[in-house]
Amino acid sequence: MFRKNYPLLTISSEIELPYNYSLGKYGGRLVTELKQNGRIVGIKCPKCDHVYVPPRRVCGRCFIEMDEFVEVSNRGILQSFTVVYFSFLDPETGKKRPVPYGYGRIKLDGADSEFLHFLEESDFKKLKIGVTVEAVYNENRVGSFKDIKYFKKVEDGDPS
Amino acid sequence: MERVAIIGIGQTKYEREKKGETVSDLVFEAATKALDDAKIGIEDIDNVVTVSNDFWDGRTISSMAVTDACGSYGKNVSTVEDDGTFGAFYGLMRVLSGSFRSTLVVAHCKGSEGSNHLITNAIFNPIYERAIGLDSISSSALQARRYMEKYGITEEQCALVSVKNHKNAKDNPFSQIATDISVEDVMNSKMLSDPIKLLDSSPISDGACAIILAEERMTKKVTTRPVWVKGIGHSTDAYNLGDRDLAEPDALTRAAKKAYEMAGIQDPFREIDVAEIYDAFSYQELLWSEGLGFCERGMGGRLIESGKTTKKGMLPINPSGGVLSAHPVLVAGLARIAEISIQLRGEGSGRQVDGAKIGLAHGINGACGQAHCVWILEN
Ligand SMILES: [Zn+2]
Repeated sequence: MFRKNYPLLTISSEIELPYNYSLGKYGGRLVTELKQNGRIVGIKCPKCDHVYVPPRRVCGRCFIEMDEFVEVSNRGILQSFTVVYFSFLDPETGKKRPVPYGYGRIKLDGADSEFLHFLEESDFKKLKIGVTVEAVYNENRVGSFKDIKYFKKVEDGDPS
Repeated sequence: MERVAIIGIGQTKYEREKKGETVSDLVFEAATKALDDAKIGIEDIDNVVTVSNDFWDGRTISSMAVTDACGSYGKNVSTVEDDGTFGAFYGLMRVLSGSFRSTLVVAHCKGSEGSNHLITNAIFNPIYERAIGLDSISSSALQARRYMEKYGITEEQCALVSVKNHKNAKDNPFSQIATDISVEDVMNSKMLSDPIKLLDSSPISDGACAIILAEERMTKKVTTRPVWVKGIGHSTDAYNLGDRDLAEPDALTRAAKKAYEMAGIQDPFREIDVAEIYDAFSYQELLWSEGLGFCERGMGGRLIESGKTTKKGMLPINPSGGVLSAHPVLVAGLARIAEISIQLRGEGSGRQVDGAKIGLAHGINGACGQAHCVWILEN
């Protein structure tokens, strides 16, 4: 069928797909509280009392609408973490995040679900599951999940 | 076929931008409304089929993001990335399998969050059509031109569809664009891709729709107003636009034939009381009417002129206002099924078609109606 050898080619192409995701009423309240008050809010299920962070409309387990917002602590216990050695392009800024960086899953005091965020990266050796970490906010807050810069290990003697 | 019924329906209002709700919030609203409508609880639902598309959601494995909101926690959930009529078809098969008494089918889309042009451009072959920028509007314009030229369909005849459907939408509380317009308004509206003008086109919409399908025994136990599935058919045409005559909706004719045979319908125009068909653009109501056998090929223009498809006509088409009046992609076909269910239950108030007993709902998938799904429902 192919008596002659034609070159095998590929065509490079990029798909650029911009989005405007709604935060909705629940996400909007979370980031506004972060910006204005440096406070993290969750939401409590009226049936099972589970407190979810970030807040959302439905408790999936109970299939019930939630409407009781509760303030949770900026401090919590590290449940799991990783240190990442490959960079990623921040979809909001288009900039590359320097490596390494840490992610932690944090059970904030007063919450039942775990909150995922960056961990402070000066000394990853200090991290272990079970340590207390605390949110550190950016100086200029814009109303974003990333108004929290990262979570940082609380040293003995740090004021709570 | 075992008897399966639609026992519950739920819809959000369709709007240009639902900034207050995430896709999960919309799914929860539609799902809970369908459960309330059926007067059952989530514990009575044996499995869930969601309908979503990763490009529209801007999220891969988009189905998994709505598991909490659709009540599938701890249940079997599966997803169809197609129009809602195809999602409902899968839901129907799951009930027919005998493994599930009931299926909740829920579709969502927020057209406002992404770019219609870029997302529909990505439908096409990346090496050929996509590279020259083709999208849903320009590809449909190629189909409209081909159809209109071949059969002498005029722009004014297409405009009549838009006039009728936007007027019908005034009686539909879920519709987005409900307004009295004239043929001149359509003709003078902004040209998008010749011959398609702004008022020949469906809007960008946000919304969700849910239906609950159930086996006969459960249906009889829980509801006194079931809508029975009498017939169903679907068929697909070639992917490449160049491999089809875009003026000939052969896949739709095949799908309709299957559905009519199953439902025992010989003369669809006379036997069907109300139809909801996928008019993403005004010309499509005419072209799909031909494919569905409501008139001969090429006679779609004459059909709309005859007035027989108005709300008081012999076969009212799109009394809800159709897709022209609200076009949440993927959701729109399921909304056609929901509207026919409302009509057959006699709950259409201002838009109710008198004495509707047998209805037809139609959905499409792919560019220029590559695939079609036809439902025949009966009260
Ligand atoms: Zn709960």
